Amino acid sequence: MDITVVSAFVLLGLMGLLFGAILAFIAKKFAVTVDERVSQVLEALPGINCGACGYPGCSGFAKSVVDGKAPVSGCIPGGKAVADNIAQILGKEVGENVAMVAVARCGGGCQNAVDKYEYKGLMDCRAAYILGGGPKQCDYGCTGLGTCVEACPFRALTLGENRIPLTDFDKCTGCGICVRICPNNVMMLIPADQMVYVACNSPDKAAATKKACAVGCIGCQLCLKSCPKEAIRINGFLAEVIDENCIGCGVCILKCPTNAIVDRGTGIPLPEPEKMTRRRLKKEAEGKKDKKSPDETTLIETSNGSNQPESQPENEN
Amino acid sequence: MNIGNLMIIAISAILINNFVLSRFLGLCPFLGVSKKIDSSIGMGMAVIFVLTLASAVTWIIYEYFLLPVPQNIIYRIFHLFNTSTTPEMFDLAYLETIAFILVIASLVQLVEMVIQRVSPPLYESLGIFLPLITTNCAILGVAELNTITIHYSFIESTVHGFSAGIGFTIALILMAGIREKLELADVPPAFKGLPIAFIVAGLMSLAFLGFSGLSF
Repeated sequence: MDITVVSAFVLLGLMGLLFGAILAFIAKKFAVTVDERVSQVLEALPGINCGACGYPGCSGFAKSVVDGKAPVSGCIPGGKAVADNIAQILGKEVGENVAMVAVARCGGGCQNAVDKYEYKGLMDCRAAYILGGGPKQCDYGCTGLGTCVEACPFRALTLGENRIPLTDFDKCTGCGICVRICPNNVMMLIPADQMVYVACNSPDKAAATKKACAVGCIGCQLCLKSCPKEAIRINGFLAEVIDENCIGCGVCILKCPTNAIVDRGTGIPLPEPEKMTRRRLKKEAEGKKDKKSPDETTLIETSNGSNQPESQPENEN
Repeated sequence: MNIGNLMIIAISAILINNFVLSRFLGLCPFLGVSKKIDSSIGMGMAVIFVLTLASAVTWIIYEYFLLPVPQNIIYRIFHLFNTSTTPEMFDLAYLETIAFILVIASLVQLVEMVIQRVSPPLYESLGIFLPLITTNCAILGVAELNTITIHYSFIESTVHGFSAGIGFTIALILMAGIREKLELADVPPAFKGLPIAFIVAGLMSLAFLGFSGLSF
């Protein structure tokens, strides 16, 4: 055999062998002890690397859980079963985990919100947002191009007739991907048992909001004043429902002059009090069962009663 | 060879022929790891280490194993058994790229293991760019310049590699400093993120071209 060929083999072979030996020695000397719980947790996870936990893949999440940075129940697709497994591995308790769902804080859409200009570009909210904050007069509202719908890994979002994303609450896992992708911060996570929310994102003053949108929150404080449980907070000119206090009675929905407050059960402002939300039915059933909180039951009853005369003319109209 | 000569090599590699801003080598980590000053310093140190050692080791391999010269070690070993062999039969210069990459990859592996042990936060912040030093063209570029293009001596090669690393680190830290300030600047939305970083890199490159007026 040609000696040149042999020497090339010898040279590269020896180099590889030498460097390999040095690296093996260094690897032994500088070995990093990997926490074996990380690999155990990783095995317990679904391993689909969906990223719904907010970490890059399952391995990133496993590491953070073991470090105590991420909650045990952080794996959203895995649900309770995976959370229990992880808690067992780490010897921790599964914390009280509030399930969240995503809703669109906007009722504008193509019917209620005034257009600023006609957008004829890439059908992507993020692209439209760069052009002066989107094609709507309201700078805070939904552009309605459906970027969140495409981004949702669980196909829980659809664009409604009004081109506002509607959430399928059975499919939504509260992963928050739509919240992160929405350029206008329209999508918001709310606790899964919170039925009433303010479907507006505009902190503008009343006049500006009114000009841009028929169903914007104008900060009139009627809901704040009517709420029996102090479950409304006004930030600037935008109302917000405080979940801890809200009993889902729906008084604010009826009081709101612009129909900006929405009940999740129906997705529209309730025209009549008979259309009770699941939450209200539940609350009432509980109240009747154990009469422990008579205040609450009476409140609901009175609020329902007082609302009836107000809402009926609305229906007739 | 004297100290003055080495100084000239160093200054030329740091300022005049800065590897990032004048030769446009190693742009990937230059834009990838220049978001925070801390991690850019760590990256710079890792690159200096790899560059210096790679320059030294590749020079030895090129001069003593690849070139068909009488001091070629493979030739000498074969010559012991068979006196009819000549140095020309051991012209392995065509193996230079694979041999250099082998050296660089091993060094990067070594650095990676050491950093992972010594400073896990730095290891985390460098992320994928640490193993990517392997394919950092600045390092292969320095090795090629040392051996083939300019043909430095051993000491000159090592100094050249070291100062190339210093030049890379300076460019990286300057860039990181500017980008930290840029975070707070009112950048037009279309230019946010990488676009403005590229513009900054171009302006820095223009500024560094001013050093080409330096003469000795």
